[in-house]
Amino acid sequence: MKRLGPTSVPLIGLVALLLMNAALSPGFLAVTVRDGHLSGSIVDVFLRAVPVLLLSIGMTLVIATGGVDLSVGAVMAIAGAVAAGILVHPAGTPFANISGTPTMLAVLGIPIAVAATAGAFNGLLVAAGIQPIVATLALMVAGRGVAQLLTNGQIVTFTDERMSALGNGFWLGLPIPIWIAAACALAVFVLVRKSALGLFISATGASERASYLVGIPNKGIKVFAYLVCGLLAGVAGLIACSDIKGADSHNAGLYLELDAILATCLGGTSMTGGRFNLAGTIVGAILMQTLTTIILTRGVSLEATLITKAVLVIGVCLFQSPVFRAKLTREKSA
Amino acid sequence: MTLAVFLGLYAFAGFRYEGFFSLRVFLGFLGDNAHLGVVAIGMTLVILSGGIDLSVGSTAGCSCIAAALLIEKSHLHPLLVVAMLIPAGVAFGFTQGYLISKFSLPPFLVTLAGLFFCRGLALLLSTESIPINHPFLDSIKQLRIPFGGGVYFPFQAILFVMLLVAAGIILKFTRFGRTVYAMGGSEQSAHLMGLQVARTRNLVYALSGICGVLSGLIFAITTASGNALNGQGLELDAIAAVVIGGTLLSGGYGSVWGTFLGLLIFATIQTGLMFDGTLSSWWSKIATGGLLLVFIVLQRVIQPRQSRS
Repeated sequence: MKRLGPTSVPLIGLVALLLMNAALSPGFLAVTVRDGHLSGSIVDVFLRAVPVLLLSIGMTLVIATGGVDLSVGAVMAIAGAVAAGILVHPAGTPFANISGTPTMLAVLGIPIAVAATAGAFNGLLVAAGIQPIVATLALMVAGRGVAQLLTNGQIVTFTDERMSALGNGFWLGLPIPIWIAAACALAVFVLVRKSALGLFISATGASERASYLVGIPNKGIKVFAYLVCGLLAGVAGLIACSDIKGADSHNAGLYLELDAILATCLGGTSMTGGRFNLAGTIVGAILMQTLTTIILTRGVSLEATLITKAVLVIGVCLFQSPVFRAKLTREKSA
Repeated sequence: MTLAVFLGLYAFAGFRYEGFFSLRVFLGFLGDNAHLGVVAIGMTLVILSGGIDLSVGSTAGCSCIAAALLIEKSHLHPLLVVAMLIPAGVAFGFTQGYLISKFSLPPFLVTLAGLFFCRGLALLLSTESIPINHPFLDSIKQLRIPFGGGVYFPFQAILFVMLLVAAGIILKFTRFGRTVYAMGGSEQSAHLMGLQVARTRNLVYALSGICGVLSGLIFAITTASGNALNGQGLELDAIAAVVIGGTLLSGGYGSVWGTFLGLLIFATIQTGLMFDGTLSSWWSKIATGGLLLVFIVLQRVIQPRQSRS
């Protein structure tokens, strides 16, 4: 059998899922033009996949360096809380003293800067030699606390037209979040594939010692990967917050870190670092959302998605595991 | 080190808040946090062996709701339920350990999947809180050691202390315990020494699974109800307690006694916040995260010096 490319396995899975869904619920693939923009289940799947997609692009880079970032969900919540705080400056929060209408640049720029700083902080800890799980765990625990502190434990809602356009608006017939995700994906792709950066990231993840010896700035690469991951989590947080027109620091991004890890895993990125596949990750993220949508439209309870995802992630990891592969091929040839 | 932090925090809280130094408050530390302590004991074993177990919180939630359903809906005797759930915890933990050792998958990934599996299973069983009424449970609650003056050492604290002592003895005096330290220090050397690395790992995760189940049962008994969302984030608190207790996250060094102190620090922060009253609940998250951070950085600073000397 001809060896399949790394992206084709998740892609086949995605196409199969979409076809299955189209067969089960007619009209799933139909795209109609409504009020001058495209609409339909398939557009919705892409739209819903945006936050996970953004997180998993960052997660792919981090995992490629041999780490993991558990704090992305909390960072999303912080970004949303900061944006809503600047916009509404509700009483009882640290933003209460701000007055006047802030510029859009501040509303979007400051949260993203905060998120990138949080990411860089993770990166510095990891570069200092602390295990990634624990370094980012600290921010995962404390970060949600910080987000709740920023919103005073409440859901801060806003009515700003400009801000809600970010999550609900359309441009050239497609929802704005899809454009943002595409732009981010493209930017990261160009950055890592058209420069030596991607190679450095892979080298760092594959063997830290070897890459250090050939002169790759390991520590800088790690800080960069976590910084990008934090930044993208910030963008995802803004979109999530704009989508519901409010900052819910309790639930925003909750458990999304697992979805992001799972999407990365599905996309064929090695969980132990080294090899990574951005295109695969993107397909993986959309695959996950398609799965969730299918489970919802088929009327299976939402709780079942948790179990499905858990089984899926173990299954995919098993297929990545050399021991398991060896076992499989031995049985086949026997 | 950990002891100094605990004494410092305890003294600070004691002088700041009236009545903090009472025996009642101190025993409350153990009673209110026994569910966390039990999980932290299992977590200590796992971390000592060089792994991590993120699934314990949801194992607790799952066993809590399962216990409630089996007692209330199936009308089984609580003891029978315990006898059913503990093997389930063993099987679950063992499977995780098996996947990690047999296919060399990263422990955090396997147990993260375990976290979602158990939470999903728990929510699938019931999304609603189920009250438990059974005379046997009331008699368990009466199992407590009086300290005079209306102060009691509750049953869950007794269970916790018993497990703590048992874990301490197992780690110190058995072949299994020494293997745990050895494989945490260096898995390869442990393997070359002819130690049963894979079997020990399976056992460690199985024990952690039991701790998760027991923690869920403590939830069920103390709150007299089953809720699938119980134990959310418990694994993080447990890891925090273990790390604050001075156990190295890379494995091989530490003890359950340290974890006990870590738990006391955790409890002091929580109780202190409660005594203060002006601080909101999220401050405990920030304090835990901050303390966790301080300790891992400290570990990092101290560690290279020790290896040099």
